[in-house]
Amino acid sequence: MTKFRKLLLLAAAFTLPQMAGAARPWMLPSETMFAGSGNEWLTVDAAISSDLYYFDHPGQDWQPVVTAPDGSTTQVENRAVGKLRQTFDLGIKSKGTYKIAITNAMLMGSYMLNGERKMLPRGTTPATLATAVPQGATDVQTATATTRIETFVTAGEPDRKVFTTTGKGLEMVPVTHPNDLAVGEAATFQFLLNGKPAAGLDVVAIPGGIRYRADLKQMDAKTDAQGKVTFTWPEAGMYWVSVSSGGRRGPGGEAPGTGSPQSQSAPEGSGSPRPMSPAQDRAIYAMTVEVQG
Amino acid sequence: MQISHKIALTGGGVLSAATALAAPATAQTLDVTLTLPRLSVAEYHRPYVAIWLEKEGAPARTLSVLYDVDKRNNGGVKWLRDIRMWWRASGRSLTLPADGISGATRAPGTHKLSFAAGKGGMPTLTPGKYTVVVEAARENGGRELVRVPLNVTATGGKGSATGKFELGAVNAILSR
Repeated sequence: MTKFRKLLLLAAAFTLPQMAGAARPWMLPSETMFAGSGNEWLTVDAAISSDLYYFDHPGQDWQPVVTAPDGSTTQVENRAVGKLRQTFDLGIKSKGTYKIAITNAMLMGSYMLNGERKMLPRGTTPATLATAVPQGATDVQTATATTRIETFVTAGEPDRKVFTTTGKGLEMVPVTHPNDLAVGEAATFQFLLNGKPAAGLDVVAIPGGIRYRADLKQMDAKTDAQGKVTFTWPEAGMYWVSVSSGGRRGPGGEAPGTGSPQSQSAPEGSGSPRPMSPAQDRAIYAMTVEVQG
Repeated sequence: MQISHKIALTGGGVLSAATALAAPATAQTLDVTLTLPRLSVAEYHRPYVAIWLEKEGAPARTLSVLYDVDKRNNGGVKWLRDIRMWWRASGRSLTLPADGISGATRAPGTHKLSFAAGKGGMPTLTPGKYTVVVEAARENGGRELVRVPLNVTATGGKGSATGKFELGAVNAILSR
């Protein structure tokens, strides 16, 4: 049991390469404001890094999904995954707000087969769960790890057709439009977790350019009962705004069933198998927004 | 000036209801005098300049935007968003070129631009606190925004401010 718990933890750590730790997932748009003449181009860098917005981790083969101002899905071009980043282009053909999103849902978990507990293979998704679990397996336990990375650009005036939600993981609903931010002004965002207001979560906002300054300049806020946070921007530039839920460690954040010292010292195989405390669902949200000034 | 008088007196349709009600029977003129500094730089392009009017609780009103109006296929508008604060405040909701608002870029020196109430983007100003904002953005150069407070009374108003890099002195005088 104890061994399994450790395994589960390990698996959880491996399922989210670099994403749950200090390194930050992000997309960086080349521009957020377009004239809307119909023939403009946006280039987006996507990467994981510890310093915003520099490339210092392996490039990720994420699949970007772009929602055009009319709500339809549109294709990116020239997508390439390099050693340190992914990059792609998007033609800005119509006026209004575009959403560029990368979402990732993975399953962590295990099942019993012939009296042995087996881990779900790394990279299992809700779609591949049926094939990942062999015939005859029982007591399948899963937890979902959802990651959503977004950024927004606008040609002409901002509009709000792209902000529909799916009810899965953490999502942002703008109170203040993310392409309408300026120095000295307050901006409010609402976060939903599985479609419901995500209350009491820690949200951070960090301006880019970390490498060449001593002060991280991180702003911290906690979502209220409606899942809302408000930031007042101290300076112009690109900001990384992120929130996560579940699977946290450290003081007060230990997930249930992750092994207290007591259970770790218990002899192997002692007693009958107790019901597993299921691994916690996790969700991460990160967006890059530009503050004008 | 003669023309602007006529428009201000008879052009009630272009004024909002609030300003039309308060509009006295004399035309206002806002004179904005701005200095574009002569810069000794290797590569100089005349700046794009936007002048707009702000009042708390009301949408910003663009009075003038100076850019490459003569580029082929209206190509100059692509870079208007580099007048970044203006773009957010007002520019992105305009269709340009616009009569009485668009103009060609200006050479370094002091320029006076006059805006008659009811003409172009200039409304009739009721007494209150306004801000005339001037933003200059230069290709391969800097960008600067100067805010000129303008306290309008029944007799008019005036204000001034000075930039440091891309703009010199900016004066705004409202007369009637």
